[in-house]
Amino acid sequence: MTTTITFPLSGKTFQQRATQEPSWVRRFLIGLALAFLTLFLFVPLISVFYEAFKKGVDVYLAAITDPDAVSAIKLTLTVAAIAVPLNLVFGIAAAWAIAKFEFRGKNLLITLIDLPFSVSPVVSGLIYVLVFGLQGWLGPWLAEHDIKIIFAVPGIVLATVFVTVPFIARELIPLMQAQGTEEEEAAVVLGASGWQTFCKITLPNIKWGLLYGAILCNARAMGEFGAVSVVSGHIRGSTNTMPLHVEILYNEYNFAAAFAVASLLALLALVTLALKTLIEFRNKQHQTQRGDE
Amino acid sequence: MNNFKQHSILPGFNLALGFTLLYLSLIVLIPLSAAFIRTAELTLPEFWTIVTTPRVVASYRLTFGVSFAAALVNAFFGLLVAWVLVRYHFPGKKIVDALVDLPFALPTAVAGIALTALYSGNGWIGQYLEPLGIKVAFTPLGIFVALTFIGLPFVVRTVQPVLEDLEAELEEAAATLGANRWQTFAHVIFPILFPALMTGFALAFARAIGEYGSVIFIAGNMPMVSEITPLLIVTKLEQYDYAGATALSVVMLVISFILLLIINLLQWWSRRRSARA
Repeated sequence: MTTTITFPLSGKTFQQRATQEPSWVRRFLIGLALAFLTLFLFVPLISVFYEAFKKGVDVYLAAITDPDAVSAIKLTLTVAAIAVPLNLVFGIAAAWAIAKFEFRGKNLLITLIDLPFSVSPVVSGLIYVLVFGLQGWLGPWLAEHDIKIIFAVPGIVLATVFVTVPFIARELIPLMQAQGTEEEEAAVVLGASGWQTFCKITLPNIKWGLLYGAILCNARAMGEFGAVSVVSGHIRGSTNTMPLHVEILYNEYNFAAAFAVASLLALLALVTLALKTLIEFRNKQHQTQRGDE
Repeated sequence: MNNFKQHSILPGFNLALGFTLLYLSLIVLIPLSAAFIRTAELTLPEFWTIVTTPRVVASYRLTFGVSFAAALVNAFFGLLVAWVLVRYHFPGKKIVDALVDLPFALPTAVAGIALTALYSGNGWIGQYLEPLGIKVAFTPLGIFVALTFIGLPFVVRTVQPVLEDLEAELEEAAATLGANRWQTFAHVIFPILFPALMTGFALAFARAIGEYGSVIFIAGNMPMVSEITPLLIVTKLEQYDYAGATALSVVMLVISFILLLIINLLQWWSRRRSARA
């Protein structure tokens, strides 16, 4: 429901004065809100790009084509390429069980899926050290078999998967609950197999929600800092993701290079927001179209 | 009939639920339980000594105090931003609306170095504050700035949908009965928004307590003064003090779980309140 109402001419003055603020109040509130957002959002965002290009395009290009930076970019892409599909499969399975069936303990299960969101990133990394680290449960066995998880790529992947578990599931569960089960039941009654039902009925219905969740999941997977920092060991050129590389450069007072790599991450954030807005816009249009039918 | 699950003709329940539980156990539950089981190896007095040393207590005070202040500021400005975005029109509104989610999408390390550069003595904003005697970067005030940035979208995004669904009739009725705009807001609109506002506040607070990436760059990280609890966990870990790090993380986990419970209750209250209105 929208709150902007166009009134017939007769009642216009009365209605406007009764349910709208005077124009100076409106202007003041808009100004205050924009001032706050400018100070806390827009200026920091712009400063990332300003600092990145402050010393010129050559310095910028040198920073992002540096071998350590390139290997950090590659590692970040690799980690996201593993974590996002894993959580995609998990999200679909969890949403199928929760949205299409009635069973006991469902609310508890939903809370458990959301759990990683409320755990501090640092703790998310630490718990994997407790399981796989040298002092951890599996540490001695892993050392014996010469398998490295902590301070190596598998640890980074695991920590990233942990912090991004809820993203796709929490997008799909309400969406599939709202869609109900009738279409799938009709397909099954008509003789479709489970796999056919999923591919031909469910998947087309949830594809935008799936994409939406995957985009947000990807942004977090590429940008995660705290959890990854605890398990990575910070080995340049081998276990450094982009956010960790930014930290190292910054701590070496190599600010231009740090902001150059950071600007790539900021660009990723902007692309994420643009895609997200696009999907939301498309969904809104789709809904009004359905309403018109 | 089994009483665990209602009958359905749809296939795949066992596979889907089985996979979900296996995945959650391996990725989330077993690693999380490790923190509790490892802490149980300590005796209670040992645990208590670790989690109440002066340096640790100072870090709790800082983490909770600054998180609370940042969440409070976000509650006020979040409500304002949600109100302006739902009720008013101005050029560039769609872009502003989309950018509100920036703190969700921007990696925390990037936010951390950007804010530090802005607020340090020669930064865009810091250069004007320094002559006034206000130091932001490398002080608790810097932590406040970072946590405000991180928590910004929560209140906006919880209040906005409730405000959009608000029926115009309520406000018209209040106006008909002689209420002025402020009275209508304070006695009609605000009580309906309040549970959503509290939910957003709690979400921002919970997020701020655990935050690490954006804070460590701007905080200065001085023990007893500007050292947050998550950083203390990392410090202990780097000194191979696994027992200490684990004990502290259990304290953080228990607090997160309590906050999660409160948030769930608030959301339930919010849904009931808006359903009745």
